[in-house]
Amino acid sequence: MLELKNLCFQVPGEDTGEKEIIKNINLTFKEHSFTVITGPNGGGKSTLARLIMGIERPTAGRILWNGTDITEKNITERANLGISFAFQQPVRFKGIKVKDLISLSTGADKKLSIAAACDYLSKVGLCARDYIDREVDASLSGGELKRIEIASVIARNTPLSVFDEPEAGIDLWSFNNLIKVFEELHDTSSNSLIIISHQERILNIADEIVVIANGCVKAKGAREEILPELLSGTESCKYYQ
Amino acid sequence: MDEIQKNLLEQVAGLHEVPAGAYNIRANGASVERNTTANIDIVTKDDKQGIDIVIKPGTRRESVHIPVVLSQSGLKEMVYNDFYVGDDCDVTIIAGCGIHNSGDSESRHDGIHSFYIGRNSRVKYVEKHYGSGDGRGGKIMNPQTVIELGENSFMEMETVQIRGVDSTRRSTTAALAENAKLVITERLMTHGKQYAESSFQVDLNGTGSSANLISRAVARDDSRQLFLAKINGNSRCAGHSECDAIIMDNAKISAVPEITANHLDAALIHEAAIGKIAGDQIIKLMTLGLTEAEAEEQIINGFLK
Repeated sequence: MLELKNLCFQVPGEDTGEKEIIKNINLTFKEHSFTVITGPNGGGKSTLARLIMGIERPTAGRILWNGTDITEKNITERANLGISFAFQQPVRFKGIKVKDLISLSTGADKKLSIAAACDYLSKVGLCARDYIDREVDASLSGGELKRIEIASVIARNTPLSVFDEPEAGIDLWSFNNLIKVFEELHDTSSNSLIIISHQERILNIADEIVVIANGCVKAKGAREEILPELLSGTESCKYYQ
Repeated sequence: MDEIQKNLLEQVAGLHEVPAGAYNIRANGASVERNTTANIDIVTKDDKQGIDIVIKPGTRRESVHIPVVLSQSGLKEMVYNDFYVGDDCDVTIIAGCGIHNSGDSESRHDGIHSFYIGRNSRVKYVEKHYGSGDGRGGKIMNPQTVIELGENSFMEMETVQIRGVDSTRRSTTAALAENAKLVITERLMTHGKQYAESSFQVDLNGTGSSANLISRAVARDDSRQLFLAKINGNSRCAGHSECDAIIMDNAKISAVPEITANHLDAALIHEAAIGKIAGDQIIKLMTLGLTEAEAEEQIINGFLK
């Protein structure tokens, strides 16, 4: 479904020359796959997610979507092809209500019923009645905003959804629900999920795990194969060195 | 009234037909339709252009519509409307002005609305301004609002100017008595080469009085805006002003908030922020499948809602 071929991303360095954030990454994500991307902070995970959505453009390499080259396609085009993205730090909007955002997520041409919007919010543990008419602004806490962000991606129901650290800022109760949400998404549709996460419990429900460190793929494979090594202690973990 | 006038009326007053309650419709410089009720009287002034709207004490859940439409190019008028609201009232007043100018001469409506509000009353005042027509003549509106708010009274004023007015100089002054409360929300969008100036002066004279002034503005293309908000705290009172503006293209915006405390227990706050649409907001909406232009429209519509 999604292929990253020799993907590189550089930014101008502080001194001279370029700083490489992503170094020649090759990855394939199949249909109905559930992949968790993990690795040390600053290793390039979020950048990789942003490259997939088109928020950043690679300095070299190609991105293929069902065999078609989408490297030059912008965010809107990729969104309409069927890629969704949940931000690590969701954006606030003055005047845009939660129901407006969920409605835009399901498609501007479709009229979303209040009941349907409430279903999405309930999935992420928000009591819908209290939130549907609130503005997506500074009056929401970080955790509330994060859950609304996740609901907006679930509402899109696209073939591929990328979640950038969905657990960040979420309380324990919601986190338990979040695990269920991801499991349910995977079990009830043929859509694929890519989740950037440090959480063992999210790693635990993945089919595939990819470890990214220092801009490179350090390991990839089935969960059973990768997880035991990751859990053996990061001090001695070969992927983190 | 013709179709153009009817359209203007719908834009500024949301009226498709004759409104319920008291009303006075002014078209091209003359009063064309009027209705009074047992509690609300409307009287033509004999010394100058305009009307007196007299609302009896104790009038509750009634409304007054006083829209103005101008479709004759080159018409210039200065109108005085005075509202006398008695004690213990609860009323809604809907004013508004629409100008359609398809000619080359300037059309201008200057309206001075004065409110004399008694004690223990609630007044909601809504004012919308709208311009249409593609003539070279300017569409100009200079509304002035003067408010005297009596003891324990509450007034909520909502002003909207979203499209088509080439030049506007808006002035609102208010004086508040004991425990009176005033809330003003302004929504303004300018485009093309338009100019808009909005100035407020609120005097918090009575003990326990409070004012909240909220302005949301968007300036696009080559338009310019000036926002002036002055709050004087002359007693134990609370005042807050907030100007939040989005700047686009080659527009220019100035915000000049001013607060003066003339009393030890005056609590006054001002906030003003001007900035372009945050890039992250556009990116988020693009990830939902909107184009950049559609994302901008959604953000602005929400902001001005």
